[in-house]
Amino acid sequence: MTPRPKQIHLAAHFPGVNNTTVWTDPRSRSQIDIDSFVHLARKAEEGLFDFFFLAEGLRLREQGNRIFDLDVVGRPDTFTVLQAIAGVTTRLGLAATINTTFNEPYELAKQFATLDHLSEGRAAWNIVTSPDAFTGENFRRGGFLDYGLRYDRAAAVVSAARRLWDSWGRPPRIDRAAGVFAADEDLAPVDLHDGHVDITGRFEVPRSPQGQPVLLQAGDSSAGREFAAGHAEVIFSRHGTLADGQAFYADVKRRLPAYGRHADDLKILPGVSVVLGDTRQEAEDNARRIARQQVGPQTAIAFLEQVWGTDLSGYDPDGPLPAVDPSPHATITRGRVRHDRDPVAVAAAWRARAETEGLSIRDLVIAETHRQQFVGTADQVADEMNRYVQSDACDGFILVPHLTPGGLDDVIDRVVPRLQDRGVFRTSYEGATLRDLLGSRPAVSFAAVPSGPSAASGPGDPGPAASSTGRRGPVGVRG
Amino acid sequence: MPSTPDPASWRPQPSPRPYPLVGVDLPGAGAHPQAWRREDSRAEELFGPRYWADLTGRLDAAGADIAFFPDRFGVASGPGTVRGRLEALGTAARLSTTTRRIGLVPTQTTTHTEPFHVAKAVQSLDHTTRGRAGWQVDVSADPAGYRLFGRKEVQDPADLWDEAAEVIEVASRLWDSWEDDAEIRDVATGRFVDREKLHYIDFVGRHFSVKGPSITPRSPQGRPVVVIAVTDQASRAVAVRTADIIRVAADDVDAAEALAGELRREAGDRELRILLDVDAHVDADEATAIRELAQLEEWAGEPYRGRTLLRVGSAASLVGLITDVGARPPLDGVVLRPLALAGGVTVLTQHVLPALRPPELARDDTTLRELLGLSRPANRYAA
Ligand SMILES: Cc1cc2nc3c(=O)[nH]c(=O)nc-3n(C[C@H](O)[C@H](O)[C@H](O)COP(=O)(O)O)c2cc1C
Repeated sequence: MTPRPKQIHLAAHFPGVNNTTVWTDPRSRSQIDIDSFVHLARKAEEGLFDFFFLAEGLRLREQGNRIFDLDVVGRPDTFTVLQAIAGVTTRLGLAATINTTFNEPYELAKQFATLDHLSEGRAAWNIVTSPDAFTGENFRRGGFLDYGLRYDRAAAVVSAARRLWDSWGRPPRIDRAAGVFAADEDLAPVDLHDGHVDITGRFEVPRSPQGQPVLLQAGDSSAGREFAAGHAEVIFSRHGTLADGQAFYADVKRRLPAYGRHADDLKILPGVSVVLGDTRQEAEDNARRIARQQVGPQTAIAFLEQVWGTDLSGYDPDGPLPAVDPSPHATITRGRVRHDRDPVAVAAAWRARAETEGLSIRDLVIAETHRQQFVGTADQVADEMNRYVQSDACDGFILVPHLTPGGLDDVIDRVVPRLQDRGVFRTSYEGATLRDLLGSRPAVSFAAVPSGPSAASGPGDPGPAASSTGRRGPVGVRG
Repeated sequence: MPSTPDPASWRPQPSPRPYPLVGVDLPGAGAHPQAWRREDSRAEELFGPRYWADLTGRLDAAGADIAFFPDRFGVASGPGTVRGRLEALGTAARLSTTTRRIGLVPTQTTTHTEPFHVAKAVQSLDHTTRGRAGWQVDVSADPAGYRLFGRKEVQDPADLWDEAAEVIEVASRLWDSWEDDAEIRDVATGRFVDREKLHYIDFVGRHFSVKGPSITPRSPQGRPVVVIAVTDQASRAVAVRTADIIRVAADDVDAAEALAGELRREAGDRELRILLDVDAHVDADEATAIRELAQLEEWAGEPYRGRTLLRVGSAASLVGLITDVGARPPLDGVVLRPLALAGGVTVLTQHVLPALRPPELARDDTTLRELLGLSRPANRYAA
């Protein structure tokens, strides 16, 4: 008997605030109207997806000290939208991207516990950490955190939240005759103090259906990967190609044993997109057309400016790249995540490629910035997706549509059945919670999670706990 | 000293409709601390979606105008009362897609939260409800709340409300920070927004500063409805300057009328609705209501003492009280606080609301401001 093949996990990313979301297409609808969110969520649930995913950015992006106006701008509050979606779906997971720098752990724990209760066990937290002072200008705390400390605070905030969620060891005892609603032993007091967190008291939300929401992580540095190995059940990765994905997969999964975790406990889902056609040729034509929609002439110049760090509005997007070098330290863009840190090298590589392949500015930007795509007929795409999963480039995908809100309709109608035919995707929802769908387990009790493999356990550290439930009595973390 | 309102000094505002406004407060199992012990309390469901969807759904269908969701930080100390609560804004948001007409007004406190998050959450609720959102502003005076955040020293009421006023100011600036027509989707120039219509708010106050703009476009009501319950001088001073709805507590309708008259004078000619909180335990049959209150009091070991007038008796007597409030122009209606919520909602929807107004009154596309007869605020940044 052949073993059951690895099962694919799928999530639906609501189209983001970036150039891959095409708003110039006549089919593009509002990125704010609740109907758009409902459409994609219902469709994803029809397709038996694991979860629905919302990204977040807490300040409007700028370029050249002005609000960047070429991409979709504006989005509603993450929790509010996911709660509204919870009201019109029943099984779909609901993943909120929430920043650990500009939020307080007690309040976040309350918000996530509320989402998990009201969705009956479908809440997930995609933990992001960007601490930039630019975003901090919208918050009481301001830009208080050094870049190097972002994961220290994240670990402190997440550990505190987990401690709060676990402080109700079981559902409250409700005894009308005795007049007892939640006895003292049902909710342990919490006493948490370190450089980032200062909490004394009792948590106010009883244990939620999942106990703790599923934790996701997005963040690519070595510190980020280590954090994910210690805390997350899912990584939202940007390593979508086969070779890159396999390297990332191996790198992350080898970090798990140090935390007492198994490879299955952490799923790796890169963000990818899918372009379909009735023939491969038609799909490729569609992909080319979409790419040109995603990188219009103005957007091509804007991308170039982000690397060169200066105004290039005088350049022709259909002409050659600038001959001048970027100024190495100039930055023109704020509020977006930068993954390239050496602009001179990037510019040199871009110029070389453009010359070799005879590419204009716009063609070059299209070639350099597009994310991993599966392009082909439904059968071809299903085969490719499955090949990536079976060859350990990932455990599934977060699908990023280019159109709001109907951009995954055809994938769900046409590719999902092909994956089911191949025996690699569920044909009905099973289990009760999002964690059941993912087949993951929360990381060992937070108390046992050091901030890195080198961090020593302090005295009084309770050590790895097999289960995070059933905790009694006052608890504390290393100070 | 309550004084008779001087009609010359405040302008009676046009009533939104010929019926008094009726809001309903939804505190856990009910306003009475022992309500959960009743057989019909649904105490086991307080943390699940069904209880909340069912109660608000029935109030919505029966034509209630507003559902209020109280909130605060911290948990009751003893096991004799309900311990624990869900976050109010999340609860209201969960109901935004399962209700159609009713205004949804969660409490968000301003003492420990981030003003930017509060503003965008309320604004987003206005989007998810298509214009039915409000925000009851409150402060967290309880020292225990400070220990859950560890960020500040305990503040006195004046300072707490000074901070609340700053949060309200920031929120209303953020709500205006996108002009209504900022999104242009201009294919020719490749511009999605007209950035001239997005505005930094550059707020610098005593307690914090916020740059802006909001990450969320302007919402259907322009600004969601701001509600403040007047409980002391500090809250009163902020309420008369900033609130769209003021909730008042009083021992009787005469006192409420006098207080409302004073508040209107203090508010000048700002548009404003004033609602009287009424604790209520009523039943079709008066004797039943009285007997049930006695049971709650026996469990509590003391008579019920709320902070506002209490109506115990027949549903008809509550209808009479609400009608009386509706006939006194400084007051616009009531916020009912059922002592026992699950049973209370059933009585309200079967015997009270139908006697007050035809249920088809509200249209599905009415915003809360329209329902209240309040105009949509002009944008302060628009040229
Ligand atoms: C695939 C991916 C998606 C991300 N999405 C978001 C997002 O929606 N909002 C956000 O603030 N940051 C987002 N980030 C940024 C990460 O949070 C940020 O890179 C990280 O927290 C900083 O740590 P790092 O140095 O490990 O990348 C994303 C990162 C990746 C890799």
